[in-house]
Amino acid sequence: MALKRITSPHTHRALGTGAVMRNVVFATLPGLVVLTYFFGLGTLHNVLLASIAAMGFEAAVMKLRGRPVWFYLRDCSALVTGVLLGLALPPYCPWWLVVLGSAVAIILAKQLYGGMGFNPFNPAMVAYVVLLISFPLQMSQWAAPQDIGGQTPGIVEALKQIWLGSPIDGYTAATPLDTVKQNSSLMLDALYLQDPVLSAGQFAGAGWEWANVAFLLGGLYLLYRRIFTWHAPVAMLASLSLMAALFYDGGSSQSGGSVLFHLFSGATMLGAFFIVTDPVSSAVSTRGRLIYGAAIGVLIYVIRIWGNYPDGVAFAVLLLNFAAPFIDYYTLPRTYGHKKSERATRKVDQ
Amino acid sequence: MELIKVWDIPGGVHPPENKHQSMVEPLGQIEIPPQLILPVSQHIGAPAKPIVEVGQKVLGGEVVAEADGVFSANVHASTSGTVAAIVEHVVPHPSGMRDTCVIIDTDGKDEWVALEPWEDYTQRDHDDVVKRIRDCGIAGLGGAGFPAAVKLNPRSNHTIDTLIINGTECEPYITADDMLMRERADEIVAGTQILARLLHDPERVIIGIEDNKPEAIERVRKAAEGTNILVVSFPTKYPSGGEKQLIQILTGREVPSGQIPATIGVVCQNVGTTAAVYRALRYGEPLVKRITTVVGEALEQQRNIEVLLGTPVHYVLDKHGFNEKKASRLVMGGPMMGFALPDTSVPVVKTTNCLLAPSKKELPPPEPAMACIRCGMCAEACPAELLPQQLFWYAQAEDLEKLETHNLFDCIECGACSYVCPSHIPLVQYYRAAKGEIRQHRIDKEKSDRSRRRFEFRQERIAKEEAEKEAKRLARKKAAEEAKKKLAEQKAAAPADAKPAPAEDADKQLAKLERLLASAQERLKKAEQPLTDDATDEQREKQAASIKQAELKVSEAQKKLNEFKASNIAKTSENKPASDDPVAAAIERAKAKQTMAPEEKLRASIESLQKRLEKAEQKAADAEADKPDMVDALKQGVAKLKEKIASAEKELAELAPAKSSASKEDKTSSTPDAAQAAIERAKAKMSMSPEEKLRSTLESLYKRLEKAEQKAADAKAEGSDKAEALQQGVDKLKEKIASTQQELDEVKPSTVAEETPQDPATSDAASLAIEKAKAKAAAMATMSASDKLRNQVDSLEARLEKSRAKLAKAEQENDDNVDAFRSAVTKLEDKLAATREQLAEHE
Repeated sequence: MALKRITSPHTHRALGTGAVMRNVVFATLPGLVVLTYFFGLGTLHNVLLASIAAMGFEAAVMKLRGRPVWFYLRDCSALVTGVLLGLALPPYCPWWLVVLGSAVAIILAKQLYGGMGFNPFNPAMVAYVVLLISFPLQMSQWAAPQDIGGQTPGIVEALKQIWLGSPIDGYTAATPLDTVKQNSSLMLDALYLQDPVLSAGQFAGAGWEWANVAFLLGGLYLLYRRIFTWHAPVAMLASLSLMAALFYDGGSSQSGGSVLFHLFSGATMLGAFFIVTDPVSSAVSTRGRLIYGAAIGVLIYVIRIWGNYPDGVAFAVLLLNFAAPFIDYYTLPRTYGHKKSERATRKVDQ
Repeated sequence: MELIKVWDIPGGVHPPENKHQSMVEPLGQIEIPPQLILPVSQHIGAPAKPIVEVGQKVLGGEVVAEADGVFSANVHASTSGTVAAIVEHVVPHPSGMRDTCVIIDTDGKDEWVALEPWEDYTQRDHDDVVKRIRDCGIAGLGGAGFPAAVKLNPRSNHTIDTLIINGTECEPYITADDMLMRERADEIVAGTQILARLLHDPERVIIGIEDNKPEAIERVRKAAEGTNILVVSFPTKYPSGGEKQLIQILTGREVPSGQIPATIGVVCQNVGTTAAVYRALRYGEPLVKRITTVVGEALEQQRNIEVLLGTPVHYVLDKHGFNEKKASRLVMGGPMMGFALPDTSVPVVKTTNCLLAPSKKELPPPEPAMACIRCGMCAEACPAELLPQQLFWYAQAEDLEKLETHNLFDCIECGACSYVCPSHIPLVQYYRAAKGEIRQHRIDKEKSDRSRRRFEFRQERIAKEEAEKEAKRLARKKAAEEAKKKLAEQKAAAPADAKPAPAEDADKQLAKLERLLASAQERLKKAEQPLTDDATDEQREKQAASIKQAELKVSEAQKKLNEFKASNIAKTSENKPASDDPVAAAIERAKAKQTMAPEEKLRASIESLQKRLEKAEQKAADAEADKPDMVDALKQGVAKLKEKIASAEKELAELAPAKSSASKEDKTSSTPDAAQAAIERAKAKMSMSPEEKLRSTLESLYKRLEKAEQKAADAKAEGSDKAEALQQGVDKLKEKIASTQQELDEVKPSTVAEETPQDPATSDAASLAIEKAKAKAAAMATMSASDKLRNQVDSLEARLEKSRAKLAKAEQENDDNVDAFRSAVTKLEDKLAATREQLAEHE
């Protein structure tokens, strides 16, 4: 009698790639809710539109490549890319910006490199940077949080703005990071009192601080579910805090802002738990991920304070994506039975 | 009880244990199967060699296949029966390969060989105990099947301070060791003590058990009370039971990459092996059965059974209500490292700890693999701290170098990475394949390296030879130039009566003269070549002229040579020390032979003879096919060789018992005897008169000539291109004989002269003899071929006569050498016939 010849192991853990991705999407929900609460429907619209577009592009490319479409859509990696891009884009930005970003993320950054698992760069961050450089105006208009702008735009207004381009009056406001960056004369205390967004917040600006807290919660949930390890995000947050502490200088007009300010403004938490942890484009070993995360943290601060852009998560992540294979070469773990860890560049006598 | 620190291992996974199903029922037994299939290779190392024959009756416990070397293990009949076949049969192996198996039809009587129990097994000495363990065919029952005795003789540079008995059993489903520990804790403890004693009582003796087996821990602890054995439990985690991992858990030490635990002072044995060691020592029981877990939802009954090795798996499954339709696969071993069996005809072997027949719901078929997202869960799970995702990446890319830098060979193939992989990639399979590829690559590399080295060496050698040749050539050239110069000087000096040249020069001159003569003879021979019938008169005349000229030259050369020799011979005959040299050399040779035992010599010669025989037979066979006329000659050659071998073997046989019966002193003295004889002979030669010496040389020369002629004749018959060269050799030998004869003739009178120095007449006689010899030599040199042949025939006839006389005498006296004489006679007869034939052709 003939039996099936199946290689060991014969048992598998239930957690599959699709489940991992769905967990990630699930973990972004608190952040999405908070963003929607403070900034209105813009972000939700972004997320939905980007997700649909990303999955659509993914399906189209799979069809072109002659692959089973549903099998690949089911892994939900395109959905994750869409959601993350949607969260990163400014609310109420034009629809074509979102669709174009999704196309760049899925087609350029992911599928042209061979699809899932083969992209050297984080697709959402590639798309974000492409849009930021190509369309700086649209990309730098953030809505004012609810507490200070009075009302967030209604559904009709929002849809008109997004799909027809009819502008809403005065819905935007400078982000906390913008404010601190532009400041050159006021002491930080004074700035906090004067600026509407900062003064309305508890420690890092109205709306922003809570969005970051929400993303932090989502990240902790993923850590709890062991979807990724703590090394990269903690290293990133630690190095960012260290940089902020080093250059805080007590709050002068030249100060870069406090540690809390940096941890809870901009895309810090989103980046730390949803971008830096992207396994495909990051370093692989534990030590490698510590270095990778720490370097991103340093770069974020550098770009925020001394660069041209108010936030630097996307650039920092992309730069370290470049460096990841290099880091991998020098951070192999010490294998059982070996005195010390080896380097991947070691010559082998074959 | 002393507490021991338990270390953690990196990585590891917690798959569902599924151990309760098989522990509900007590340890079961099944009947003797009608047929047993016993693979000769149930262990790591060399396969055992079958020592039974088909149709042979065997008893239980009888060895059916014997260990082949140290890294091997005996295989015993598990019960009584008849050997039905020794054939290739499917064996338990992931590849489903076939291997030699001894198949036994059981008779159901279960009759056993008489076992030899040792009441006092604790008193037996080390070697006896290890031998018993080896004889009983005990190999690791845990997984790999390492011959147990090997680990019990650690190398002298390894001091064993820790003995670990592995009762971890970390694989899901398997409970065979758990059952054993519960049922036979005493045996395990006794076995542990035996092993500890064999290893010279290591500081620590630990039985390690995972904490999911509380009952087993309790039983073993109880059994170990009052001993120095530590029973240690530690948290359940897969793969804690891996040898390297268990060592890390219990000692905190790591086995260095590519080495064995003994290098860090640890020896590890499985609990099953330990119990088997005890039974082997105490009761003399060989390893013919083991406890195996039979489990899975595709079975009606799930339990542990004690089963005879060689029992076919389908027999076991049938006894447990196996439902094939329900089964998703059939696994030998656990779900993590076990392998799927290709079919159920394979037998249970020493390493079979579990038969797992899961339903499709229980262990569903694997999902299709998705792309690796480098999530790193595999790296977290890896107990060896590798980067499985990188290994996978490089395995796909077939980047063998990177695979090695990422320490692929430290992978223990535990399957933890595949277990956690969210993309369901069969990682371990990739690693196995990559390892195989690298091994193959290494073998290929070594091969090519070797041939490259060989090539380089050859090039070097050729270059060296060329250089040497060139140097020699230059040296010769220089020497020739110098000689020329000297000659010119000598001529210029023109001494009236040339003083006798120094000895070396004389030799040289002699050689030169001989060469001259040889070439003249050669030319003559060429000139004498018969012309074809249609040759013109002119040609005939020309030939006659050239023959005459050549003859003239030959006689001239001969004359010169003889003159020279005559002037020299007197000196050399007086100059005894000169003739010492060859004698001394003979002594030297004889002494050298002394170092070689006669037996060895004979063996060597037999070997070479056999080789020659093989070749000769081959040739004969070939000839039969396409050259029927040569067959006879070749067959003769074969027969001769056979004769030689027979006589050599006889000698050897005579020598061997003599040697074995001789005492040690005799041995040392008997060997040099032959050599001593040679020395004696050589010495005798030294004391011989020059005449005698010459005679013996002449004799030996005749012998050589005879052989050479035979060879030449053979070669001619075969039409080999060596014929010419051989013929030349024959001619040369003839020349030598002639000159020796001449010398002898010259010496004869000279010795006479010595005896009677006053007699002036003798000198005349001597000169007369010289004259005569010269004439004879000249005659010989100028003799036509047919004359030569006639001479040969005459001498052969004379020799034949003598040989026949000798043979007759030997036959009368019943001499041992009769055969030799007889063959000599027949040989001579053959030769005579051949020579006559030749002569007839010439005339």
